[in-house]
Amino acid sequence: MAGLATSLGSGAMTNTISELGKASTILAIGTNTTEAHPIAALQVKDAVRNGAKLIVVNPKEIELCKNAAVFIQNKPGSDVAVLMGMMRVILEEGLQDKTFIKTRCEGFDEFEKSLEAFDLDTVEKITTVPREKIIKAARIYATQTPSSIIYCMGITQHVHGTDNVLAVSNLALLTGNIGKPSTGVNPLRGQNNVQGACDIGCLPNVYPGYQSVASPDVKAKFESAWGVELNSTPGLTHTEIFDALLEGRIKSLYLVGENPVLSEANASHAIEAMEKADFMVVQDIFMTETAELADVVLPGAAFAEKDGTFTNTERRVQRVRKAVDPAGDAKPDWWIACELAKRLDGKGFDFSGPSEIMDEIGSLIPSYKGISYSRLEKGSLQWPCPSADHPGTPFLHAEKFGTDSGKGKFKPLVYRKPGEVTDEEYPLLLTTDRSLFHFHSTMTRRVYGLNILGKEELLKIHPKDAEQLGIADDQMVRVVSRRGKVDVKVKVTDKCLTGTVSMGFHFAETPTNLLTCCELDPVAKTPGTKVCAVRIESL
Amino acid sequence: MTERIELTINGLSVTADNGMTILDAALRKGIYIPHLCHHRELEPIGACRLCLVEIQGEWKKTVISCKTEAKDGMVVLTETPEIQKIRQINVELLVADHDTDCLNCFQNTKCALQRVADHVGMDKKRLHRLKKPTELLPIDDSNPFFNFDPNRCVLCGICVRTCDEIQNIQAIDFVHRGVGTKVAGFGDRPRLESNCESCGECIVRCPVGALTEKDAVKPTHQVKTICSFCGCGCGLVLGVRNNRLVSARGDVSNMASKGRLCVKGRFGYKFVNHPERLTSPLVKRDGKFVEVGWDEALTLVADNFSKNKGDKFAGISSAKATNEDNYVFQKFTRAVMGTNNLDHCARL
Repeated sequence: MAGLATSLGSGAMTNTISELGKASTILAIGTNTTEAHPIAALQVKDAVRNGAKLIVVNPKEIELCKNAAVFIQNKPGSDVAVLMGMMRVILEEGLQDKTFIKTRCEGFDEFEKSLEAFDLDTVEKITTVPREKIIKAARIYATQTPSSIIYCMGITQHVHGTDNVLAVSNLALLTGNIGKPSTGVNPLRGQNNVQGACDIGCLPNVYPGYQSVASPDVKAKFESAWGVELNSTPGLTHTEIFDALLEGRIKSLYLVGENPVLSEANASHAIEAMEKADFMVVQDIFMTETAELADVVLPGAAFAEKDGTFTNTERRVQRVRKAVDPAGDAKPDWWIACELAKRLDGKGFDFSGPSEIMDEIGSLIPSYKGISYSRLEKGSLQWPCPSADHPGTPFLHAEKFGTDSGKGKFKPLVYRKPGEVTDEEYPLLLTTDRSLFHFHSTMTRRVYGLNILGKEELLKIHPKDAEQLGIADDQMVRVVSRRGKVDVKVKVTDKCLTGTVSMGFHFAETPTNLLTCCELDPVAKTPGTKVCAVRIESL
Repeated sequence: MTERIELTINGLSVTADNGMTILDAALRKGIYIPHLCHHRELEPIGACRLCLVEIQGEWKKTVISCKTEAKDGMVVLTETPEIQKIRQINVELLVADHDTDCLNCFQNTKCALQRVADHVGMDKKRLHRLKKPTELLPIDDSNPFFNFDPNRCVLCGICVRTCDEIQNIQAIDFVHRGVGTKVAGFGDRPRLESNCESCGECIVRCPVGALTEKDAVKPTHQVKTICSFCGCGCGLVLGVRNNRLVSARGDVSNMASKGRLCVKGRFGYKFVNHPERLTSPLVKRDGKFVEVGWDEALTLVADNFSKNKGDKFAGISSAKATNEDNYVFQKFTRAVMGTNNLDHCARL
């Protein structure tokens, strides 16, 4: 999200899911939408049925390709080259929105210069995609408007994920496909409330509402609101926290509703780190593989057992309602944190319930100011919603961007090789994917039927590669990376690119993330789990 | 602004939007015309031939109302002796080929065939003569979440069209011909072997008891909430009975999903009921977890956390939890523990 915040001034989906259905072009890049966001995918299918053109950019032949006008099957880690190539075509053919660039944007000249390195010969070489496809995609995106871009972890989970995001936002700015209905740059967020957790300030560098920890004015605002002196040093990120645990700089860890043993890239590193903690508390609804490592495990209430709000990927704040009592003695997470705070002499934790907490949130986050439980009873609200009579905002940047200057910022880009490259010892690229039938692991693995439909992890491999290795369907093989090894069953499919294999990470029996790379994007600190060099051994 | 037109149905003056079918105009006015294969979200196919109406005057003829556009000044009769005769034989043929063990059917009292038969009426003697003493066809129970009972199917094609028009999956279609026609996966294979994604949108739309959820239980009350899986934020209506979740359906009033759900949203809520849920705080003693009360657990945690305040502490919150949970968590980490070492899994 760091990418969009610098170029557009807001790290969220610019438009609304339902607007996709009315777009004339949809560019889906690095998203297997039907598997990971099935209901958003229905809007994409609606759009195609209404005559829209779909462009899919993905190393894997995903289901949406059935509906696509152009399918660009590029080599993993070459998205910047695909997008820069498209932009080069747009400029060469004069398809850019000159007025929009002049009146709403800045930094164009420097960006245009950086395009010089992306002549189509180079682009073809990096991406392995025939230039005709890139030209066709560029023409469709630029001329058949409104055009909307959707993307997901296939863009961000790279060592150069921020570059990928900036390339996407450059493309939207170049053609003026932003700040209008059915356009925009739309990151589809993975978790039900990942947008909310970011908005609400569960990040090391910002207080609630993306207000910088490093700013003395912001610090003073929160010190006066909370009645305490606050730490002015930005904190460590998720992956850095595990490094600090290993090095002994962090002694205590409080972990809520997450299972890094399965989800963290280079998982054995995370496991070692957690084992080193002096004291670790895990709060969850099941005894996860991570909870097993804790000193104390606290039972949390599940979503259907508590009141609250989630903010979805389109910035929509929606009411979550208690349907049943918590299992046994389980408690809502907010209650547990309040009780701990009181035992540590914390002030300002006497909330009567979630509604009162939302009122405090609204008093501190300007874009949530107009949101209250009484309004949410009548329906959801999309932030920014700055006052009690504001109707909410379906699409962002209509008049100006959220940057300091109010202008959309073009960013010059260079092509960077993936953090990990193949060699003789590790000749194949592994990329992680997801299954429609699972969501990470903890919850869906405990639904009987979902385990019938998605019963085991599979290594997806192209027939040519399989033939070369002498392996076939249903055979068990060992996948070895520079960090670990995992045994898995083979599925031969021509949906994969040759030289690229893929696996999900939903199964404790097949802990894929023992293999993946935890080298970080230098800006967003996202690990490069989408590109990892491996070899396959027969068993 | 939609252009309005006026027509007369059964002597009543009816206002309709330009382009609306006669069936939609009548139903909106509250005039019931029997129908089985019509669904407001799907293209009409005119398969059941029950929605016949008679248009009088210059356009005089008998038409199926689901595929005939209402015109200004049109005069329509929905019940004439001729229409009744055609409808009755249609209904009798459908019922004769139907497993009428209604009390053991989940759709009992909500079934469109019951409503049609109730409205049109049947000749008991003729029905008896039509009824074949055939054995029941096998139920397709291959999918872990739902069953398909061909003996209760009326071949309206709503499931087939939902899978095609709405989901664009085309997992099922009509197979065989004539009396042997049924809905199945490619080559009459069971649904589990098809490319069905188990979204369950066909179950929701089935007008009879052919497609039903396995182990379906009717709730005593329902609660509107939001699905807890991906970031789409689909509206979920959870059914509750005896303090347990027993059902889920899409919330049509939800702006993000408009009533649609995927396989995880519709069936995935069941993890909440799982017997392995954590039900008590646990403290590790000699390498084993021991159940303790909240007060003991919280005091122990607070004592240990107090030893490592400041940057020796880190909190990792959850993108599964609510905004309110996350707000209190970050406030606790910053204001009480005195550190910004705070993150969640946004990057994963």
